[in-house]
Amino acid sequence: MDIVVCVKQVPDTTEVRIDPETNTLIRQGVPSIVNPFDKNAVEAALQLREKYGGKVTILSMGPLQSKEALKECLAMGADEAVLLSDRAFGGSDTLATSHALAAGLRKMGKVDIILCGKQAIDGDTAQVGPEIAEHLGITQVTYVSKINTVDEQVIRVEREHEEGYEVIEAQMPVLLTVVKSINEPRYPTVKGTMKANRKEIPVWTVDDVEVDRDALGLKGSPTQVRRIFTPERRVQGEMMQADTAREAAALLVKRLVEVKII
Amino acid sequence: MAVKVNPEECIGCTACVGACPFGAIVMEDGKALITDACTACGACIDICPVGAIHREVEEKNVSMNKDEFKGVWVYIEQVDGHARNVGYELLNEGRKLADAMGQELAGILIGDNVDQLTKEVFARGADKIYLVEGKEFSHYSTDAYTITLTDLIHTYKPAVILMGATNDGRDLGPRVAGRVGTGLTADCTNLGIDPATGLVAWTRPAFGGNIMATILCPDHRPQMGTIRPNVFKRSAPDYSRTGEIVKVASKVKMTDIRTKLLEIIREGVASANLEEAEIIVSGGRGLTKPESFALIEELADVLGGAVGASRAVVDAGWKPALYQVGQTGKTVGPKVYFACGISGAIQHVAGMSSSDIVIAINKDPDAPIFKIANYGIVGDVMEVIPALIDEIKKVKTAG
Repeated sequence: MDIVVCVKQVPDTTEVRIDPETNTLIRQGVPSIVNPFDKNAVEAALQLREKYGGKVTILSMGPLQSKEALKECLAMGADEAVLLSDRAFGGSDTLATSHALAAGLRKMGKVDIILCGKQAIDGDTAQVGPEIAEHLGITQVTYVSKINTVDEQVIRVEREHEEGYEVIEAQMPVLLTVVKSINEPRYPTVKGTMKANRKEIPVWTVDDVEVDRDALGLKGSPTQVRRIFTPERRVQGEMMQADTAREAAALLVKRLVEVKII
Repeated sequence: MAVKVNPEECIGCTACVGACPFGAIVMEDGKALITDACTACGACIDICPVGAIHREVEEKNVSMNKDEFKGVWVYIEQVDGHARNVGYELLNEGRKLADAMGQELAGILIGDNVDQLTKEVFARGADKIYLVEGKEFSHYSTDAYTITLTDLIHTYKPAVILMGATNDGRDLGPRVAGRVGTGLTADCTNLGIDPATGLVAWTRPAFGGNIMATILCPDHRPQMGTIRPNVFKRSAPDYSRTGEIVKVASKVKMTDIRTKLLEIIREGVASANLEEAEIIVSGGRGLTKPESFALIEELADVLGGAVGASRAVVDAGWKPALYQVGQTGKTVGPKVYFACGISGAIQHVAGMSSSDIVIAINKDPDAPIFKIANYGIVGDVMEVIPALIDEIKKVKTAG
């Protein structure tokens, strides 16, 4: 079974802070990590390989430093990794990104399952996965929380939904986006890390793939960021001043009765 | 459009380096240099003290005739013939956009036996409804719904489409945008009209809610966006309103649908209610152990509310992911939100900041949750919640 996992290197947004004086993001010292949901996708791919055999390839698009993220996925146990990197890809929105990744996937030839994290934690759009599936004309299932069975024709998965879970049978080949609860990603082993360090990661430029250049980068991006600002925070509310928890609770309930919540 | 630095004007002050949310500006030979990571957001243009940074307009090869596209559409998501609230919330907001643009507002209704919803869709503000019905739509499927919505877009050419940022909406939106070849802004929390261009200004949180970005889709149509449930209010229904129903025949063949829904496993009622609940009681790590979560459930029960959880609690396995409130969980907008033992990390706040009233209970007086709380108690949740439950019961029996 040929499995490709699309991953993104992202700033660890849980470490990102706003400078209160300039109201801008403090990026200094914020580590770059493999998007956490993508690690779940890598783990899902490795488990599929353990069960059904085959090959796991990691694909990313980004600047050359994204190789670090690919190395981490190799250290987890992936077989190969490829980086799409070129000035022509810079400034891409989700649609342009999905065109570049779809072109990379086409170059890889036969792929049975494409796995993506449900969304990247820097943009949180959850759009690139479905857009790749659309360009490749294959089936998609988003928010997958469990992969039950796979054969040559169909895959059975569970999909997270507002009300619970859907059990879905999808025709192969398929693109799945996975949620966190699908698994617990493994840590790279020492042996895996050494192997990953020796592994060459090919870099594909825009000339290495077949793609319409007008569909890439800023030029191929229908959406444009017009303004960036820090969100407004609400004003300070009322603190319940009391000596004991009981008094504080009584005071709060009194307020809630006053404003007709209770 | 690309953002460029004029090296002649750049004084090397580095203000733009810090202002760039994407870390895309470096200093080279004492001048600012914009690298590939640039998304042309323009944050540097605003901060540059000498006006050395500007936007360059690039030629785009877009053959679309934008003037052909008219009207604002709201996709009315329904499950088993019941419309989700978010569709009505978006009709209310879409009404404002349509009025500002001087165009009509249409509801998009795709499903099996959903014509009974048309009355409500008109009552909530639509001028027109595009109705597509058939057995093939009895459950949501990416293929059937994508074919249908794409067909409607190609035939009737809307300027704007609003969809709920639900799991199905976020499945359908990008698939349709990819097929049509247009821009989609995900997970918006605010909408408006950009005064300079008349385009829809889509505002959404990014970087885990640390910053907000306003996004435009200048050259492609329709302008599409998914909007989080519970950030806009529904209008009161006006049942005297009526409008035109345009019935469109389905072009979907059963063989087009490549997925099959075998079974639906429903979770507990509490989680199902989370997004539509009027009162939510959420627990965080301050509860210190999973068994203590029973207190949260008891408080929710006494108040007739639903139960939510912070990411820490879900990560620790105390509660399933369906209960998670926050940037990567659910967005909620109840009348009252109790944050119990939740510090209020920006990622959590991003999922509940549209609540009408926030009540925070935390033993750390410096916890960020107090900054957005209307009422706060500094104290141990293990002591405060039982006291609160007693006090509420007292009031309820007395009343």
